[in-house]
This record gives sequence, structure tokens and C-alpha cells, in this order.
Amino acid sequence: MYGRKVKLRFFFVLSAFLILVLTVVLILKSLEENVVYFQSPSEIKELLEVKKKKIRVGGMVKNDSISIKTKELEFIITDFKSEINVVYSGAIPNLFEEGKGVVAEGFLKDKNFFIATKILAKHDENYMPPEVKEALKEK
Amino acid sequence: MFKYFEPSKIFSITSKAPKYVLFLFIIFISIGLTEALILSPEDYKQSHSVRIMYVHVPAAWITLGIFSSMTFLSIIGYIFKIRNFFLISKSLAPSGFVFIIIALVTGSIWGKPTWGTWWAWDARITSMLILALFYLMYLLVWRLYENEDKIFKITALITLLGIINVPIIKYSVDWWNTLHQPASINILSKSTIHSSMLLPLAIMTAAFALFSLLIFLMKYNTELIKIKNKGLDRL
Repeated sequence: MYGRKVKLRFFFVLSAFLILVLTVVLILKSLEENVVYFQSPSEIKELLEVKKKKIRVGGMVKNDSISIKTKELEFIITDFKSEINVVYSGAIPNLFEEGKGVVAEGFLKDKNFFIATKILAKHDENYMPPEVKEALKEK
Repeated sequence: MFKYFEPSKIFSITSKAPKYVLFLFIIFISIGLTEALILSPEDYKQSHSVRIMYVHVPAAWITLGIFSSMTFLSIIGYIFKIRNFFLISKSLAPSGFVFIIIALVTGSIWGKPTWGTWWAWDARITSMLILALFYLMYLLVWRLYENEDKIFKITALITLLGIINVPIIKYSVDWWNTLHQPASINILSKSTIHSSMLLPLAIMTAAFALFSLLIFLMKYNTELIKIKNKGLDRL
């Protein structure tokens, strides 16, 4: 039905596509460590050694864990399996709050202690008006 | 079947269509903006900055849709040697490029008050930037080369390479830890966006789609006029 050239072009496109997909998958797999934006406290616990490199730790700010001292802010990041203590001094984003997502950038002192140089608030996928939030709370 | 690809016949339809599309676009964008900026509620957490989402998300959807269509047209056009498909793809590209820039800029404006940063090299944002570069390359190839056969081959290759990035953009927020939040609107599971916020989102998406259609028709008409002036009867 179709000419020989059409078939050849089809198989050319198909094989080019497969080669490209495989290459991209392989590259992404090998770069996994760098593709993730942050690590969870559990992943920090599993680290073999504490490096002096700048890293990011993300998770939830543990409830009742924020304590403000004169120059510093202390809080705990949790992923509900492991926890890590964070100290930070500097500007905090408006959405930084207990029980909400956070990403801290900085250096590990040890596996339980993190010195943050920058704090980002992570927003979740929930969008709703304040009244609905109140109604949900009352439930 | 090829009778329908006669430029003069297509032109008789596409030359009249823009004014109707423009009319519809103005209606949709005015209702959409009123809903998004005034009538819709503020968010419990982000308060009024949630309104940026009504531009950001439709722009991102449309730009992904346009790139996918361009890929489909370019690949089918390459395999079956259909010149018209390449011209349609070429006419779609500018509005796709405009929308990806809008998505990146509005995302950045939203990121500052919400996350506390203008830019983060996380998987979602970086993959969107890469798609913007693919759009740019695609547009440049049309300007760079004179030989149409060459343009068709290179653009088909660019779209083939770029389309791999599209599922990466979509699933980046699920596969890796990203600063960007996962999708709120899901087909298979329950959506996590309140219905009062879905309405402006839907209207704005329709408005942006109409805008793309409008720009597409104008670009495509230019291509058809060029063919006419060259005295070519057939595509």
C-alpha cells in the first residue's frame, strides 16, 4: 500500500526514537542523585559519610518544634520516619509553618544536625478557599 | 483526499475564521479574568497569589499540547512527505513559545512569595526550561535554512528529541523530589483543588487555546499567501 521509502522512513524514525529514549533514560538514571532537588531525613541517615558539600534536606516541619532564639531559629524536619535538627538565621518565607513542607539548604554537621543557609517553603498540591479549610478543621 | 489540501480551498476558510476566533477569545478572556482575578476565592495558604495559577497552569498545558501536536505533525509529515503538515507545525510554534515563556515567568513571580526564591534548579522547572530551548531551536531552524527539505528533516528531528522531554515534565514531580508541587488535577484519583477554583482555570484554558488558534490561523494564512504568490497551486 505504502511505498518502500515510506516504510524505511518509518523504521528510521522508530529506531531513532528508541535510541534517544534509551539514552535519556540511562542518563537520568545515572544522574538520579543530582536530579532530586532535596533529600529526606531518612536518606540522610543512610549516608555513609558526612561530606562538607552543600546539600538540601526536605520534609515537613515537625509540629511544636519551631523555637526562636535571639539570633537563631531552630526546628525539626521530619519525614515521619526519621528527623533532623536544623538551625538557621536569616529571612524566612511567608509560608514557613509547622506541619507544612520545607526545603533547607546548607551543610550537615552530623547526621542529626543541619546548619541551614537558606530556607524555602514547599507548597503542596491542595488549593482551597479559607472557609473550606475551616470546615475541614471542624470535622 | 488530496483535493482538500488545495491551498485556495483551505484559504477560503482560514482567512475568514480569525475574526470569529478573536470574538470568542475576547469573550472568554474577559469572563476568565473576571473569575480569576475578582470572583474566585483566595487560597487558605497562598491568599491572593493563587491567582497567578490561573495564568500559569493553562499556559503550561497549552504549550505542552502544542509541542505534542507539532511533533505528531512533523513526524507524520516526514514519513509520508506531507508538506502541509510542516507548515501547520511551523504556524503552531510561535504561540507555543509565547506560552512557555509566560509559564516560566509567572512561575517565577509565584515562586518568590511562596517558596522564597525566584528560581530553583529542580526537575520540573529545569525540564520546562529545556522545552523552551527546544522551541527556540525549532523557530531558529526555520529562519536559518533556505532549503525546505533540510528544514523538514531538522525540525522533525528536533521535535522527536524534544517530545521525550514532555513525559519527563509531566512526571518529574512524581519521580523525584522537587520543590514544585505535584499535580492537583488528576484524572484517575480525586483532584486536590476546590471546585470554585476549577471554573476560572477551565475558562482561562479555553481562552488561551483560542488565542493559540488565532495566532495559528494568522500564521498559517501567511504561509498560504506565500504559496499563492509563488504561483503554486498545490502544496
